[in-house]
Amino acid sequence: MADLSIDFCGIKCLNPFWLASAPPANTGQQIMRAFDAGWGGAVWKTLGDPITNVSSRFASVDYAGQKMMGLNNIELITDRPLEVNLKEIAEVKRRYPKHVIIASLMVETRDNWREIVKKAEDSGADGLELNFGCPHGMCERGMGSAVGQEPRVLEEITRWVVEDAKTPVIVKLTPNTGDINEPGEAAARGGAHAISLINTIKSLMGLDLDRMVPLPRVQNLSTNGGYCGPAVKPIALFMVSQIAKNAMTRNLPISGIGGIGNWRDAAEFIALGATSVQVCTAVMHHGYRIVEDMIEGLSDFLDSKGMASVNELRGQALGAYAEWGELDLDYSIKAKIDPDKCIGCNLCYVACMDGAHQCIHIPGRSAEESYQAGHYHLPTLPIPQVPVKASGGVGRFLPHVDLDECVGCNLCALVCPVPGTITMEQVPGPIGRKETWNDRVAQGRDLNPGAMESTILGRKNRVP
Amino acid sequence: MHKFVVLPEGRLEQRIPEAKPLYTQGEAETEANRCLYCVDAPCIKACPTGIDIPTFIHKIATGNVKGAARTILSENLLGDSCGRVCPVEVLCAGSCVYNAWNRPPIQIGRLQRYATETAMKQTPLVQLVTPLRAAPTKKKIALVGAGPASIAAAGLLALEGHQAVIFERKAVPGGLNTLGIAPYKMQGTDALNELDAVRTLGDVELRRGIEVVEGQAQGHQISAATLLRDFDAILLGLGLGADTRLGIPGEDGPGVHGAVEMIERIKSEAGFSLGGARRALVIGGGNTAIDIAHELRLLGIDDVSLVYRRGETEMSGYVHELEYARKHGVKLIEHRVLAAYERDVGGKLTAVQLQRAQEGRGIPGSEERVAVDLVALAIGQSRATQIARAFPGVAVDARGRVTVDPQTYRTGNPKVWSAGDCVNGGKEVVNAVQEAKLAVRDMLKALGEG
Repeated sequence: MADLSIDFCGIKCLNPFWLASAPPANTGQQIMRAFDAGWGGAVWKTLGDPITNVSSRFASVDYAGQKMMGLNNIELITDRPLEVNLKEIAEVKRRYPKHVIIASLMVETRDNWREIVKKAEDSGADGLELNFGCPHGMCERGMGSAVGQEPRVLEEITRWVVEDAKTPVIVKLTPNTGDINEPGEAAARGGAHAISLINTIKSLMGLDLDRMVPLPRVQNLSTNGGYCGPAVKPIALFMVSQIAKNAMTRNLPISGIGGIGNWRDAAEFIALGATSVQVCTAVMHHGYRIVEDMIEGLSDFLDSKGMASVNELRGQALGAYAEWGELDLDYSIKAKIDPDKCIGCNLCYVACMDGAHQCIHIPGRSAEESYQAGHYHLPTLPIPQVPVKASGGVGRFLPHVDLDECVGCNLCALVCPVPGTITMEQVPGPIGRKETWNDRVAQGRDLNPGAMESTILGRKNRVP
Repeated sequence: MHKFVVLPEGRLEQRIPEAKPLYTQGEAETEANRCLYCVDAPCIKACPTGIDIPTFIHKIATGNVKGAARTILSENLLGDSCGRVCPVEVLCAGSCVYNAWNRPPIQIGRLQRYATETAMKQTPLVQLVTPLRAAPTKKKIALVGAGPASIAAAGLLALEGHQAVIFERKAVPGGLNTLGIAPYKMQGTDALNELDAVRTLGDVELRRGIEVVEGQAQGHQISAATLLRDFDAILLGLGLGADTRLGIPGEDGPGVHGAVEMIERIKSEAGFSLGGARRALVIGGGNTAIDIAHELRLLGIDDVSLVYRRGETEMSGYVHELEYARKHGVKLIEHRVLAAYERDVGGKLTAVQLQRAQEGRGIPGSEERVAVDLVALAIGQSRATQIARAFPGVAVDARGRVTVDPQTYRTGNPKVWSAGDCVNGGKEVVNAVQEAKLAVRDMLKALGEG
């Protein structure tokens, strides 16, 4: 069994799975149940001056019957007295000394910061996370994302805390910024020991169309909230990778956050540079119990890849995350549909017709019918009528891929409901050797037919 | 809505609960979300009326129930009935691509019912069909028989501004849709509600208790000649005739019923009684046989057996219907024919003699006595097409079916069309609707020319 333990800037942890600072980490009683279930650490619900919350607080996006693809909240930081939280932190640390407690903090003035850092550390917290991300309620009061969006302020407060703190300082970034590197670099300049990201994304979840009030509804009004859950994972992965590749931040441990719900998600974050991962929405949906699958799945995955420790996985995929200009223009793939698996739903056909390159044909049509349907190119051979095996050989035929027209975009494979039916097969490329856009720019061949520059007007304006 | 015909309370069918009740919104949306929304979908091709099934299901999934109903009803005016009574297992759902993937097919019938029933509760039918009602014309069309074919045709004609007059010899209109559907699928009242909705589409008149006759019309009769004289077009939706009898001694008397007649009484008569029967035999292997056997069982007869002269695989009844009837305790006795009835001195049915059968024919000398107190005969229905001959040029084939052009459903008489069971020999409601649709399409062309 692979070793899942991590060292997060000096904080030793049983595994990389932490509860994010959120409702699942609201009380000591909850966090102890989470530790019993297998979570390695928890970032306590943000401490600060207790606030008053509204009701309701959450809204979600369902997709085709699946619940909570995305979740948004307008809840604020802890609404419990600071002393109560601190007492519970001490109690949890006494009873679970091997588990990690990170105190998430959000206050305003220099004195406040100094005081709360001391109190959190005195209670036994293993580290501090500075909440510079909350995009609702707190930012209007000059905290949360109001700080995260102002690199100079972020840097200054980080410096204050680092000066006072004895434990590692993690700066939590908001994604509500044009370039995540700016606050990331500011955190590094301020002396942060680690970075966690992403906090929630500023969002308006939808409308109650009968009342004409956005969601979640608080009587006759609503407000923008913070978006999280499976839907935000790609954004989080992108931003984590940016921080992991940035020369100024690449040496800081990263705690990855955003849409993580299973071991696979966790493995992806870690392979893109994260040391620990934080989970909220999936626990709010399914409970602490999901960590069993995360531990087991990640461990088995590492075993299957011959990795002895989760640390070997960290950053493995970063090298394969490149700029567009570095991609090989010669690499070529074409869709292939398996007649033994296809059920004849023709979803690949309509997706290709209306959303891609009109290269998938329904067999049995005449040339005239094909043109009528919107094809502009017909395969040279008569389209073979290959019965779909699942139809028992009657009535339904395999959609036919016109290989001349297929650009290898993946769309058909993405919409196909039956796993493994459509595969993308590599074919010899159009160039015959590796060539990137950057190569073309370097060689002055970055002009495609039909470009603005190829017109007379364009040529006039082109700097020689 | 004004109810034209009301069935009495206390019908036996009211004791039989619905097998597939109306979906709740949550059930419907969950099931709708399972649909793959196929293109060139096999379910559409399997629907005799060609309803765009993936589109209406997609609309249910988005909460656009009215639009879903419009998609259904624009192709099939009796889409509400069909959602309940269609044998979807052998039509749309039977061809669902999920079957090929060894996953349960989409419950298309239940979704269709959900869409039509929910929408029709809130929105007048006329707003749920296209095209919208046209200006009145002076054209009059007679529809003979008030079954699904005539009802669908009358609605479509009314939408075009024509006057539709339905002649029905029975007191209760609706044909088999009202009087013949297994009660666990649909009760007579539901069919009548649908008829009431169709009547709101325009000028639809229903004359009940009037028989169309060949010669001179007496009271409660109208002659074919009068119809041809007074109407611009005629649709014959005659349905099928009385139950076939075996014609063996002892058949006439209490305890022996024709299946169709018996179902009609279960569905329409207050206080109809099964006479305390404990053991019943149903003779036949078709869907009517399975239906009545199933109904008798659900109505509390302890021992109900189907008696079929051939083997199970040769039965014309649907496999899924037999399966379902068996679930409720109906038994099947294969390779037997009924050879004789036994009655006591008072004339009460006490037993029958069943003969072993080879290739459907009884073997004399192989009789076994089986005690029964009720026999239902479901061995077919006679034709009701004799009256068709009263219209000059209308032909009836050797099997008693009205002869029509298969594209237009026009008979040999240019003013007469025909659709439904009297043409196809006995199929589903959905077939009757489609045939009526094609007939009306051609009729409209002819009326436009005239």
